[in-house]
Amino acid sequence: MTLLDERAEHDVHPAEPAVDSDEQAPVRPRLLGRRDRIELAVAAAAGLTGSGAMCLVFDWSHPLTYAIWALIIFLLSTYLLARDSQSPVVASDRLVTTLVWTSGVATVLVLVWMIVFVVAKGLPGLSLEFLTTDMASVGPLDDGGGVLHAIVGTVQQMLIASAISIPIAILTAVYLHEVRGRMTGLVRFVIDAMSGLPSIIAGLFIYTIWVLQAGNQPSGMAAGLALAILMIPTVARTAEEMLKTIDDGLRESALALGAPQWRSVMQVVLPTARSGLITASILGVARAIGETAPVLLTAFGSSSTNWSPVNGPQSDLPLFVYQLLRQPNENQIQRAWTGALVLVVLVLVLFVLARIIGERGARARGGSR
Amino acid sequence: MTPETISRPDADDQQPRAIARTLTTGDKVFRSLCACAAMVSLFVIGGTAIFLGVKAVPALQEAGIQDFLTTSVWNPTVGDYGVLGLLIGTIIIATVALVVAVPLALGLALFINEYAPASVRRTLTSSVDLLAAMPSIIFGMWGLYALQDHLVGIATWLNAHLSALPFFRLTEPDALLVKSSFITGCVVALMIVPIITSVSRDVMAQCPRTQCEAALALGGSRWGMIREVLLPFGKGGITGAVLLGFGRALGETIAITLVIAFVVEANPNILESGGGSIASLIAIKFPEAQEIEISALIAAGLALFAMTLLVNLAARAIVRRTQIAA
Repeated sequence: MTLLDERAEHDVHPAEPAVDSDEQAPVRPRLLGRRDRIELAVAAAAGLTGSGAMCLVFDWSHPLTYAIWALIIFLLSTYLLARDSQSPVVASDRLVTTLVWTSGVATVLVLVWMIVFVVAKGLPGLSLEFLTTDMASVGPLDDGGGVLHAIVGTVQQMLIASAISIPIAILTAVYLHEVRGRMTGLVRFVIDAMSGLPSIIAGLFIYTIWVLQAGNQPSGMAAGLALAILMIPTVARTAEEMLKTIDDGLRESALALGAPQWRSVMQVVLPTARSGLITASILGVARAIGETAPVLLTAFGSSSTNWSPVNGPQSDLPLFVYQLLRQPNENQIQRAWTGALVLVVLVLVLFVLARIIGERGARARGGSR
Repeated sequence: MTPETISRPDADDQQPRAIARTLTTGDKVFRSLCACAAMVSLFVIGGTAIFLGVKAVPALQEAGIQDFLTTSVWNPTVGDYGVLGLLIGTIIIATVALVVAVPLALGLALFINEYAPASVRRTLTSSVDLLAAMPSIIFGMWGLYALQDHLVGIATWLNAHLSALPFFRLTEPDALLVKSSFITGCVVALMIVPIITSVSRDVMAQCPRTQCEAALALGGSRWGMIREVLLPFGKGGITGAVLLGFGRALGETIAITLVIAFVVEANPNILESGGGSIASLIAIKFPEAQEIEISALIAAGLALFAMTLLVNLAARAIVRRTQIAA
């Protein structure tokens, strides 16, 4: 109803650019004038009310159904309104604009939904006790218990993985961008292949050499190795991007002063790229910290706190969550959600940290991104 | 340039010195150190292929390579292993994920590159990066506990209105619609959106800005410019980005394991409960597996490794070719 009314109103004063005396400039279809805004508002109203009416008539109660139909009606009416008042070209442009905006908004909404959901589910179980006890003496039906053993495992495994992978990855980036040896092309190819390596395959690989071949126990060390494999390509690629932003003048000045290449890299290039390299490393850690599958295969998981990364099975946060989630028991599932909350908070902290350091570094380099 | 090419009549002793690049010892050590570090990744990829291959032999001998690839059973007690159904299941889930993810990811890439105001752009790139950093298990939990309820409605609708398409049919009218390949694929779709978005953004950003401006100056709308300039330019790179997303979806493990009701046989009815993938097979069977079954799981892993490697390398080759052409 509203749709027709508004349409009629428009037909009374069709805005023709040539007639409008105060509008010298040609119509630019990208900019939204007053009329376009009204059209959008009308389309939005049509979508909201139309979908509401359909929900009433067909007795749908699901919010998602409402949203989908509202969007469809909105798209249709924007298209028709613009086609009617301007041209098919403008109409399809507006249609695509709306679709593109929808995909952006939908992504942000999904992300917010996910984080809010985890926080809402996990918060009831969060307490100081949860962070400072392990599950060694806690039966499945008991209250209490916590993630201490998983946090210990996560910290140790991440330290091991970082200690192994970050030097290797940064040296690889230096090889790719500074040394440029004969195998540059091949190495870049392999790093690409590695960045798509399924995490469970990395776990399987370490399992075959660490447990089957070398005869060791599954342990935090093995998990650290598997996570290192996953971190190398992420860190190496980001670090290479960071090295690319360093001005060539700096390198040449160092060489012109008589410095050999290794000193120019170690004392000029890498220190200049420091914040970027730290960002790269943190992003690598943020990727590896959430990996469950390789840890499942290499550290096996355990319910008691194992302070030794080389001796016996260990747990970590994602594995803790995964193993509890597969048990048909409300108490355990609540613990899993709280564990997931701790994990998400860790990832968020790392992510924000990487952003802050990266931005400070970019500003120090003169605002260039 | 060799010294002989320059001849000055009176100055035999003034020939320009050939530029010699003598490396200091420090440089030699440094360069070989970097080369060694770069070799690590070669070793990892090569080692993965070799070690998985060697350790897969016992199971392949027991089950037979042909049976392993052409049957759908997993029965450790009698030593029957076959992953055909799971290979198909892996591809089904990855395909569902692509169908959902590609429009969303391309829309996002266009939005960030062409449409979004500067302030929105920053929020959005952060969101996409954060989505990429979210642990797989969080996607799995959220998919299982939050998204699934909402998707069941869509699945019902698809079955009711589009059952002309064979894969939207159900084997029995009141089959369960939870824990299906469709729902799993939707969860995986969100996980591969970031990679498709960022790669296609990079490709689109390489399009010469002058061409885009020219299209607009000729009176084209923004969509006209995208359709006639940006998309044809980025076609190859976007295909590569989609393939990369496909590779990621093939290897996704924990989210699939959590959401799907695992069965070994291929289930072509994607809306129906039950499905599987190679990676989830490994994650589910591994903790309780004994000797020969572990070998069979390694063989399955080898198949997955080969599949993802091929897809990834093809994707990278396509992306790189577009970037060189630019």
